[in-house]
Amino acid sequence: MVGSAPNTDVRLDRVTKRFGDFTAVDDLSLEIRQGEFFSLLGPSGCGKTTTLRMIGGFEQVTAGSVFIGEREVTGLPAFRRDANTVFQSYALFPHLDVFENVAFGLRRRKVSTDDIRQQVEGMLKLVELPDYGRRKPSQLSGGQQQRIALARALVNHPRVLLLDEPLGALDLKLRKQMQVELKRIQGEIGITFIFVTHDQDEAMTMSDRIAVMRNGRIEQLGTPEQLYETPRTEFVAGFLGVSNLLDAEVAVRGERFIEAHLSDGTRLRAPADGLDGTRLVRIGVRPEKLRVLPVTDAAEPHDSDSNLLEGTVLDASYIGVSTQYLVETADGTRLTVYAQNLETSGANEGLADGQRVRLAWKPQHTFVIARNTGDEGDDQAKEDETKDHA
Amino acid sequence: MTSAATTAPRSDAPPVRRASLATTLGRLILPVYTGLVVLYMLLPILVMAAFGFNDTEGRFNFVWHGFTLENWLNVFSRYPALNEALINSLIVATVSTVLATTLGVLMGLALTRYEFRGRGPLNLLIFLPIATPEIVLGASLLALFVSAEISRNLTTIIIAHIMFNLSYVVVTVRARFAAFDRSLEEAAMDLGADEWTTFRKVTFPLIFPGIMAAALLAFALSIDDFVITQFTSGQTSTFPLWVYGASRIGVPPQVNVMGTIIFLIALVGMGLWVLVQRRDRLRSAPGATDR
Repeated sequence: MVGSAPNTDVRLDRVTKRFGDFTAVDDLSLEIRQGEFFSLLGPSGCGKTTTLRMIGGFEQVTAGSVFIGEREVTGLPAFRRDANTVFQSYALFPHLDVFENVAFGLRRRKVSTDDIRQQVEGMLKLVELPDYGRRKPSQLSGGQQQRIALARALVNHPRVLLLDEPLGALDLKLRKQMQVELKRIQGEIGITFIFVTHDQDEAMTMSDRIAVMRNGRIEQLGTPEQLYETPRTEFVAGFLGVSNLLDAEVAVRGERFIEAHLSDGTRLRAPADGLDGTRLVRIGVRPEKLRVLPVTDAAEPHDSDSNLLEGTVLDASYIGVSTQYLVETADGTRLTVYAQNLETSGANEGLADGQRVRLAWKPQHTFVIARNTGDEGDDQAKEDETKDHA
Repeated sequence: MTSAATTAPRSDAPPVRRASLATTLGRLILPVYTGLVVLYMLLPILVMAAFGFNDTEGRFNFVWHGFTLENWLNVFSRYPALNEALINSLIVATVSTVLATTLGVLMGLALTRYEFRGRGPLNLLIFLPIATPEIVLGASLLALFVSAEISRNLTTIIIAHIMFNLSYVVVTVRARFAAFDRSLEEAAMDLGADEWTTFRKVTFPLIFPGIMAAALLAFALSIDDFVITQFTSGQTSTFPLWVYGASRIGVPPQVNVMGTIIFLIALVGMGLWVLVQRRDRLRSAPGATDR
């Protein structure tokens, strides 16, 4: 791995960061493409912010190298890197007005006064605060400060924009609004965005690709769809959305599908790709992929390919758009099912607690992850430790 | 009231009256208390200012003899030694304030920003000159200067003043610096400012009010210090030393006038500061003077 592909904007090559005994980022390699909206997603203390700060130049790597574009920036201070940051606290200069805040980077580069006025005003228009130049940051709302922080970074036309949980301090409604806004702005100016967040919904809605991080490493990297549909680890499956996991043993390996057996002998089929020779696995399926069928109706027409699993309804709760069922299988595993309320008096009506049902889903909607035996407790302990450091 | 008295138990009526009395008293307590405190703090200053206008002969300025502007007109010509003492005081206060503030700000920055060996002890050490009785400090300094065969003059006074001022400056600025948001500096560097530019454009303007507060405190402490100055002055006189010396035969009204002048300068300075801040706020207020 020498040099970067021409369409790579940021490359981390085996980067490690230690604070004393604590390893915040552990041998991490990453390539971020030009113009991409890339998210680093993970729980607090997973190393995502440290990773971002190493790209920005606020932390220096313990080992490894950092590239922005084709240029190696390892060891360079922040002011020599072609990256700008939107800070979590916004970090607007309280003694300068909005105009001077936005103009700060341009003034450092000795841009002429006329150009500065033109560019700052253009940028304030882009973030939809055109007449706010003479206000002080303290006179702006949180959402407005957020936009100014964005304008202040973008006016420099950096190669990469780093965003450190920039929406964390906003209320839910404003956050949703800013998510759309950020995507619009990114589309308009076409700069690579690297976005740090612990909010999976936020990452899913906005990102082209997401790296899910845990304990200083990348757990899985992919598009939101890949991560959701085919999580490769239990952590990713649990962190992105709700998933049902069933302990199983691989019995038959086919070209495209494998067959795995549950402890009660139920046979389930799942896509074979991405699975190594592991025998002990967990079969996963998302709650909305499951269909609930009454067990009595033996003649129920269904895709003969479908995975079928019998269970008992423990709880049914109607929540408007869908009905949530909690179904317990023979071996005591509890599965969550989201059934869409397609018709007001649909087939699912009348599924009472305690009723025997059959769950059906397509094999291609199934994912398989290796069952980590034994080290689960260890992992949990490590995670708690990480949280303490955060 | 009568219907209330008949329907409700009798004990209900008196609490109502008592409550209203209590409220009235409650409303009075704060203003009266505030007024008394203000009076308590202003009275000595008022007396000082008033006796500057006292038409007294010579130095016996304890009884009111009538109003005159005489003392104000000859304030700098009647006692040349007093002028010299005042000038000495101003020199000592200015030099020690500038040096103590410069050193203290650097120390404050070091103590709040960097981890280094001896930081803990240094934090404690800074308090020692404040905690040690001034008179003991003064006496020890005299012993030090005598044993080192350093003759006492303006320089030794300044050295002593820097020493105690340094503590006050560090303690004042340390609190301000600790509250400083370091991400502002990161933001400046992120936007292309090197370390020096970051300090000049972001750090310094933001810590400046803290530095000013520390400097004013240092100046105020220095200009009227008596105890340590007494031990370290040798033959040199300062304003407080002259007043103390004069008090044995009587303090002339010119001293009151000088005190009033210093007080007025401070008052005007504070007024200007408030005005500047208010103007800044008005100028940046929404829609006030938008372009």
